[in-house]
Amino acid sequence: MALTQAEVREIGLIARLNLEDGAIEGLQEELNQILTYVEHMQELDLEGVAPTAYSTDFTDSLRDDVRVPSLPREAVLMNAPESKEGAFLVPRIKALGIEDSREDTAGGGS
Amino acid sequence: MPRELKDVLHDWEAVIGLEIHTEITTSQTKMFCGCPVAFGGEPNSRTCPTCAGLPGALPVPNKKAIEWTVLSGLSIGCDIARWSQFSRKNYFYPDMPANYQISQFDTPFCFDGEVTVEVDEKFTWQRYDRGTADNVKAVEGDVDKGYNARIGVTRIHLEEDTGKMIHVGGSDGRITGAIASLVDFNRAGLPLMELVSEPDIRTPEEARRFVHKLRNIFLTLGVSDCSMEEGSMRVDGNISVRKRGTTEFGTKTELKNMNSLKALHDGLTYEIVRQVELIESGGKVTQETRHYDPVTKVTSTLRSKEDAQDYRYFPEPDIAPVVLTDAQIEEIASRLPELPDQRKDRLMKDLGLPNYDAGVIAGDVELSAYFDEGLASVGKGRLKDLAKPFANLVLGDLSAYLNAEGITADASKISSADCMELVGLVHEGTISGKQAKEVFELMVESGASPTTIVEERGMKQLSDAGELEGIITAIVEAHPDQANAYRGGKTGLMGFFVGQVMKETKGQANPKMVNEILGRLLS
Repeated sequence: MALTQAEVREIGLIARLNLEDGAIEGLQEELNQILTYVEHMQELDLEGVAPTAYSTDFTDSLRDDVRVPSLPREAVLMNAPESKEGAFLVPRIKALGIEDSREDTAGGGS
Repeated sequence: MPRELKDVLHDWEAVIGLEIHTEITTSQTKMFCGCPVAFGGEPNSRTCPTCAGLPGALPVPNKKAIEWTVLSGLSIGCDIARWSQFSRKNYFYPDMPANYQISQFDTPFCFDGEVTVEVDEKFTWQRYDRGTADNVKAVEGDVDKGYNARIGVTRIHLEEDTGKMIHVGGSDGRITGAIASLVDFNRAGLPLMELVSEPDIRTPEEARRFVHKLRNIFLTLGVSDCSMEEGSMRVDGNISVRKRGTTEFGTKTELKNMNSLKALHDGLTYEIVRQVELIESGGKVTQETRHYDPVTKVTSTLRSKEDAQDYRYFPEPDIAPVVLTDAQIEEIASRLPELPDQRKDRLMKDLGLPNYDAGVIAGDVELSAYFDEGLASVGKGRLKDLAKPFANLVLGDLSAYLNAEGITADASKISSADCMELVGLVHEGTISGKQAKEVFELMVESGASPTTIVEERGMKQLSDAGELEGIITAIVEAHPDQANAYRGGKTGLMGFFVGQVMKETKGQANPKMVNEILGRLLS
């Protein structure tokens, strides 16, 4: 399963990376090496082995619904490149290179 | 001239699924940190390293928020996952500081539930196949007079809400034309339940009833304040249309910004008609997200699916999986209060209220509490006689008063016990129904109890048979022409005589007795 250059560009787009034309060929080669490595693993017989997402067996590490003090606002905004009226100031969304026009409505990126 | 919904339903069927986000506003703290759940206040005044996405901060799930979610699932018959995990949903947008939202993907806490909605007579016409559809059942024998529709619920999962953005430099705070955005993370991290329905909804009214019912259930549970206007309950719709008789799904659009029940109904209506007109004129529906404008009642493209993101979900490595035992789930189930459907059943079976009355009362949390309070203020033995007139008063004069004031029943100046007292005064014959209306108005004005008003104003109904007989005899004798005309067949003159008696008694005569005595004297 080798990646085409078009697929490399697509991956770059999804990862919001601004890939120069000259970089595509090199990345194609590197990504294909990684894929070849992963293909080796697919040779293993993993029948009946559950996917491993956690490195420990812990479950239910929960907390009670008890308030703790929040940070002072100055501290929260301290590292912001720009802020205004107590809010983080971010550039125009399009200017981030995101071809997206989400409205502030429902939850998450849905 | 755009066509109307009823014009397109003959040939086309709409397929609608809803996604409903509900903030667990009852929670004291955010989903993964101890910052308070609150509203208003200065931007970024309720954030910490976790909800501001600072490196190294560890999210720890709020146990109570998980329990609220499980309770919500149980209230609509969901199965509860014995093992669940949180997942990262990666995306590029500044409303989440970590560049991902912690959500659930493959193991939602709740799945496979259902909600039954009741559509009343006014809207049955929207459901073209109401006589044959599998999930539709007539309420009282006649499907045109009202039907129940079963709507499946795919899942409820738990996630964190996003921050709020204000776009500056454009118009109306919308993104179009904005030059920059202000980001406030006070809302980021609030516990948020996302409910996804099956595409079982066929009409805008069913969608509206579905959200209304769900809102009513969540309010009854106490999980959220469910304000569509203020955004603690947010509804998105997935809509497609297909030719009647076909089973394949058409291309769907996603509709956002329907922030009231009316906007939900009208937005879906517009979108159904738009899609049908587009297809019939030879066009194709594009898979895209659209924005509903409640002022112009029109939907417009927000973003097309070509911008679709790959969220690259993967299990959240910083949070241990959640295991729920049968005993824990049973314990949570034991917290379930009387739910709206059970409430309605009780009002119908125990009190003999008609379906409509019981449905309206049980469909409103505040009104239900108000109604129950009134019931509790009188002895059980009297409920058989008083429940129906009490329901009439609550759904009539009281609801009119609440609407005029723009308040819900819990904010009523008139106590439920006073309303029941008023109903009792009429039932005992102390005052007439007409006088009761007057007393109710005086209660609104003065806040005094009905008994006090009746006593102070001397409004007691005149029910003394001898005294009434005397008054009425005199009136009949004073109008011999009318009396003869009545006896000659002009029975419409009864109204004239009743009017005279009421004038004479200043409206205090017992109307039942007046009719009885007049009927006898004029025969």
